[in-house]
Amino acid sequence: MHLLNTLASIFIIVGLFFMVVGAIGLLRLPDLYTRVHATGKCDTMGEGMMLFGFILYEGVSLLTMKMLLLVLFIFITSPTAVHAIMNAAHTCGTEPWEKGDERR
Amino acid sequence: MIDLFYASVIVLILTIFLCLYRVVIGPGVENRLIAVNTIGTTTIIILVLIGLIYGRPIFLDIAIVYAMINFIATLAVARYLKEGCIC
Repeated sequence: MHLLNTLASIFIIVGLFFMVVGAIGLLRLPDLYTRVHATGKCDTMGEGMMLFGFILYEGVSLLTMKMLLLVLFIFITSPTAVHAIMNAAHTCGTEPWEKGDERR
Repeated sequence: MIDLFYASVIVLILTIFLCLYRVVIGPGVENRLIAVNTIGTTTIIILVLIGLIYGRPIFLDIAIVYAMINFIATLAVARYLKEGCIC
């Protein structure tokens, strides 16, 4: 039990780190496409890791099955939503940022 | 373990405020849309944490429904930006 709690804590802290890095990337990066890159990956990874930590903390129950369902749903839908946003922006004609340009 | 949950909620709320800056400032609709999507995914984690801290499993169902609404709203706005109508 003690080992499981330690493992759950490690997963939760790593997931929290990913979420914070995604938010900082959303603030700091210069372009729409780079921001999409940061938030899309970091959110999916951080959210999945935090929910996996909660699963390890709870043990096997109905709650855990719902959390597993949430993890699966998010692993499918979050990259899809990000891809839809980026496709829309590309169709509207947003130019990618190049080195030496002004930050947007 | 409960202390870690409380600390996680505080850090996630600070993360939401960081994303809110991009919602207010960000140039164009797409940047704001990305930031709103990020805020939605962070809110799902906060809902699950509230359910774990107060021992109420009903918040997990609310989190699942919130994830679905977040996904569909993002897709609808992206399609509206791309084609000019949702139909």
